[in-house]
Amino acid sequence: MNKMKFKDKINIDLLIYIAIIVVSVIVLMYLDMNKFEYNYAISIIEKSLVYAVVALSMNIVTGFTGLFSLGQAGFMALGAYTTAILTIPVAARPNVYYMNGILPALENVVVPIPVALILGGLVAALFAALIGIPVLKLKSDYLAIATLGFSEIIRAVIASPMMDKITNGSYGLKSIPGFKSSIECFVFSLVCIVLMILIINSSTGRDFKAVREDEIAARSVGINIFKTKQLSFIVSSFFTGVGGGLLAMFMRSIDSKTFQITLTYDILLIVVLGGIGSITGSIVGAFFVTAGKEILRFFDEPLVIAGTEVPLFKPGFRMVIFSILLMVVVLFFRKGLLGGKELSVKVFKKHSRKKNEDNVSEGGKE
Amino acid sequence: MNINQFLQHALTGISVGGCYALIAIGYTLVYGILRLINFAHGDIFMIAGYFMIFSFAVMPFPIAILVTLVATTVLGILIEKFAYSPLRQAPRMSVMISAIGVSYLLQNLATYLFTALPKAYPAIPGLKQVIKIGDISTSLVTILTPVITILLVVLLLWLVNKTKIGMAMRAVSRDYEAASLMGIKLNKTISFTFAIGSLLAAIGSILYFTDRMTVFPFSGSLPGLKCFVAAVFGGIGSIPGALLGGFFIGICETIIKAVGLSTFSDAFTFIVLIVMLLIKPTGLFGEKNIDKV
Repeated sequence: MNKMKFKDKINIDLLIYIAIIVVSVIVLMYLDMNKFEYNYAISIIEKSLVYAVVALSMNIVTGFTGLFSLGQAGFMALGAYTTAILTIPVAARPNVYYMNGILPALENVVVPIPVALILGGLVAALFAALIGIPVLKLKSDYLAIATLGFSEIIRAVIASPMMDKITNGSYGLKSIPGFKSSIECFVFSLVCIVLMILIINSSTGRDFKAVREDEIAARSVGINIFKTKQLSFIVSSFFTGVGGGLLAMFMRSIDSKTFQITLTYDILLIVVLGGIGSITGSIVGAFFVTAGKEILRFFDEPLVIAGTEVPLFKPGFRMVIFSILLMVVVLFFRKGLLGGKELSVKVFKKHSRKKNEDNVSEGGKE
Repeated sequence: MNINQFLQHALTGISVGGCYALIAIGYTLVYGILRLINFAHGDIFMIAGYFMIFSFAVMPFPIAILVTLVATTVLGILIEKFAYSPLRQAPRMSVMISAIGVSYLLQNLATYLFTALPKAYPAIPGLKQVIKIGDISTSLVTILTPVITILLVVLLLWLVNKTKIGMAMRAVSRDYEAASLMGIKLNKTISFTFAIGSLLAAIGSILYFTDRMTVFPFSGSLPGLKCFVAAVFGGIGSIPGALLGGFFIGICETIIKAVGLSTFSDAFTFIVLIVMLLIKPTGLFGEKNIDKV
């Protein structure tokens, strides 16, 4: 009897998700049809989708496995460059590599975009596998700084003169084919997100969580700690790489400066705001932060009320707001918007019923 | 590279290394006590640069230096009070994210208040004076930096090993709870540690930026990370280790730049980190840390 109820609830959630997807597709189709009118909205949605993929992939390793990795930008760079190099139209290449020319072996290699994205993910995953062997043995804080270091090394190698004929060195790559429509972006992101959700909810995903909760207990029930960490790191990096490829398609031109530490921090902001260890949190967080940054853009422009300029409003103000928001979340709502929970009918019902109790107990803790 | 060029580069390296050492000590002290990578430390160093620019504009330089040192120290203490002390009982990842948050906030705040464009750093009278030793010409600050660094380290070692507050610091870093049971005021000791770290970062900042001549909102982030690497290299928690690590990273970096591989100079630091963590995770002078279950 209980089992039946449980199943019913899952189905309700699933139905809602499917409904959301269908509604999104319809909305996106409408936006696509009026492309010129809604150009701005489309670009915000596309960026949010890409960030949702990357944030969720960071959440796999940070939220679900408990490994604090700060190498996101580096793996994104690998995916982005792989995708870009393999998809820039041959005709445009002399123009892109106008300084140093392109490696003859790569001159005519063009693959379809989905293949390029997967290859980008695989390159990132391969590097993650190599890096993981030494790095994953480290304790949490050393792991953070070591992955951050690797991301900087990757960036330095990409920008180095030795890679001129492949990555175009410090000049960066341009003429990357973008998304033909926002639906295309939606489909790519959705496939990634669904795959990640399936992995998180599989037995492998449960291994990840077991390692996060208690390594010693996990080991005692026969989970190979190192292999699990390695797997989580590789899976996360694969999707980060694909996300990087999507970002390259969104931006249409990239250079090594795109993938600085700040990019990792931006993604961390999404993960933390959404809730470490919450799938829906990362997705909602990505939209919230990306759209928020755009909507708050007016904070960066001088504001004149009744002839006098309000002194607060000048470039950089919205980023200050976001930093303060991050600090507030870290200090007072340590678990983020959703705090390890998922957004679903069940949570809503529970929440509305238990809201008062929760408030009392949380107030007590402070 | 002839001998003169080599000496010239070595001198520059030692000077940069001195600044790195001063910042690295801040990391080492804080990590020793809180087991926290203070990601904001590099940004405190950057903000100290701005403090100097603005105080120098309105007051004579000895007072401006004093103001910079005091303001930076206060900033360090405030950051600890607001961003780290509420998270004493929280998991380590939360504290680390808080540290990243502070770093993010300081960078964005600096961009907002002072714009992202580099600002000229004031020339402190006398410090940029050119000095000639044989065929090598250099400025006073280049020679002064390592001297000041070593003097400060000697002073700090005395403070940590011979004074009461130093003993408290060592006790807290050894065992948090036992120390507080022995009547050591935890918060006071931690504040004091942050104060020292920030003060040294401010001194390092004056020496570093006098040589570089410009400050911008991100000028602290990479030096900050490098100095953390220096601290890990020397053995986290060890002051002589941080000194040695700072000099090592500074000299290697200068030599790599001199050879013409400047794109790799930043990457090199992180290679050092990873190699060190693989071979000897406790660093050169670090104590072996036994993980308690």
